[in-house]
Amino acid sequence: MIPSEFEYHKATSIQDAIAQLGAHEDAKLLAGGHSLLPMMKLRFAEPPHLIDINGIEELRGIRLEGDTICIGAMTTENELIHSEILQQHCPLLVEAARLVADPQVRNRGTIGGDVAHGDPGNDHPAVMLALDATFVLHGPGGERQQAANGFFLGTYWNDLQEHEILVELRVPVIKKGVGHGYSKLKRKTGDYAVAGSPVVIELDGEVCRDIRIALTNVAPMAIRAEAAENILRGKVIDDALIEQAAAEVLAACDPAEDLRGDVLYKSHMAAEMARRSIRAALLQARG
Amino acid sequence: MAKQHVSFKLNGKQVDALVEPRELLVHTIRETLSLTGTHIGCETSHCGACTVDLDGKSVKSCTVLAVQADGSELKTVEGLADAGGLHAVQKAFIEEHGLQCGFCTPGMLIRAYRFLQENPNPTEEEIRWGMSGNLCRCTGYQNIVKAVQTAAKTLQQA
Ligand SMILES: Cc1cc2nc3c(=O)[nH]c(=O)nc-3n(C[C@H](O)[C@H](O)[C@H](O)COP(=O)(O)OP(=O)(O)OC[C@H]3O[C@@H](n4cnc5c(N)ncnc54)[C@H](O)[C@@H]3O)c2cc1C
Ligand code: FES
Ligand code: FES
Repeated sequence: MIPSEFEYHKATSIQDAIAQLGAHEDAKLLAGGHSLLPMMKLRFAEPPHLIDINGIEELRGIRLEGDTICIGAMTTENELIHSEILQQHCPLLVEAARLVADPQVRNRGTIGGDVAHGDPGNDHPAVMLALDATFVLHGPGGERQQAANGFFLGTYWNDLQEHEILVELRVPVIKKGVGHGYSKLKRKTGDYAVAGSPVVIELDGEVCRDIRIALTNVAPMAIRAEAAENILRGKVIDDALIEQAAAEVLAACDPAEDLRGDVLYKSHMAAEMARRSIRAALLQARG
Repeated sequence: MAKQHVSFKLNGKQVDALVEPRELLVHTIRETLSLTGTHIGCETSHCGACTVDLDGKSVKSCTVLAVQADGSELKTVEGLADAGGLHAVQKAFIEEHGLQCGFCTPGMLIRAYRFLQENPNPTEEEIRWGMSGNLCRCTGYQNIVKAVQTAAKTLQQA
């Protein structure tokens, strides 16, 4: 299993990568390569040019800017796991990264590639929705910012415009009164989710001021279960409300049947993952 | 497609090769450089039989392009033993019967070698998590875990 022929180019800077995307028709960026190369080996993708962005230092690293954590798109899963900034200020991302693939894959795979790729099984898109992240995108026309909410449009389809690069992912620091949870059901270590659900809850005393419930791998792309959120927002959350919200999560699911399960099973598992994450997030938010 | 020149350190020796851009690192190691210890199991990035150490990190060499290894430092299972004999992880796999058919073993060894540097004193659970990118179809993993525990002890004492 070897990819079909392509020309290999190394980009030296973000500007250079954008220029090379413009100069080579149908070129693709090569990040960690752990979604792209497997697809190329199976000939699901046959880009004539690969532009390797691994050498671009400005795309790496995690820094704290006030209440915002800025994560370079080329930061690997293992770098997320070992980041002290994330362990302290956004443990949800650490928890999620620990559940992605396996150690070798996590040494190569990047958060930017995971978000940009478009497989509904990828974990980070839903995590970005739950965190209300913002993406920094650079293209031939300059820089723009785009909220995660609205970025994911379908399978292998997102709001990245022609010759644009995802440069940075910005997530808010998780503060006192805010709790999170990530539950992911998988058949074995290293597998994609049967269903997954990251949840972030903001409490005002006992009242849920805001909540974001996102879902992995139960729709053509990562989604938010907004009807479920609406049931809990503004309320003191109890078991009965969680059951009502879980019913709305179930209704929001539209998974594809495959070896991981049929539509009903996956939808019920998504509802259960959401229940667990809501409970975990509540516990944490109450401190 | 024109071949490109790559140069990297393999088990301590500088080597050169001409590779097509689409060539996977595992093929360069096995077919061009004739080190066949690194195995190809699944070719789909799942099994870990092709694991090598690239700049101090375990990677699946079936999912890295040879051109990406240019300028790097690589270690394969052949680089584990030295003049003093087998490496502690190799000895431990023999002692604890950490293998049956042996197909997964080179990947297990080179991963265990790196894992024990990342975490020199792991719990059993940490070993299972740290070795989870390597599949074995024979042993049921019990003896592989034991071998990693034994190697950890030996390396701690050294
Ligand atoms: C065995 C195995 C198990 C896995 N399990 C999981 C799992 O449980 N959960 C999970 O989330 N993922 C999983 N993955 C996928 C893995 O996490 C990939 O690394 C990830 O999906 C893609 O990131 P990458 O850096 O490897 O990107 P690449 O494969 O290099 O790129 C993917 C796509 O994104 C584009 N792209 C990459 N970076 C950028 C950028 N900065 N700007 C614009 N476009 C860009 C590329 O052009 C390409 O189209 C698994 C992979 C394997 C092989
Ligand atoms: S051959 Fe590379 S992971 Fe199986
Ligand atoms: S010993 Fe046979 S696959 Fe592991």
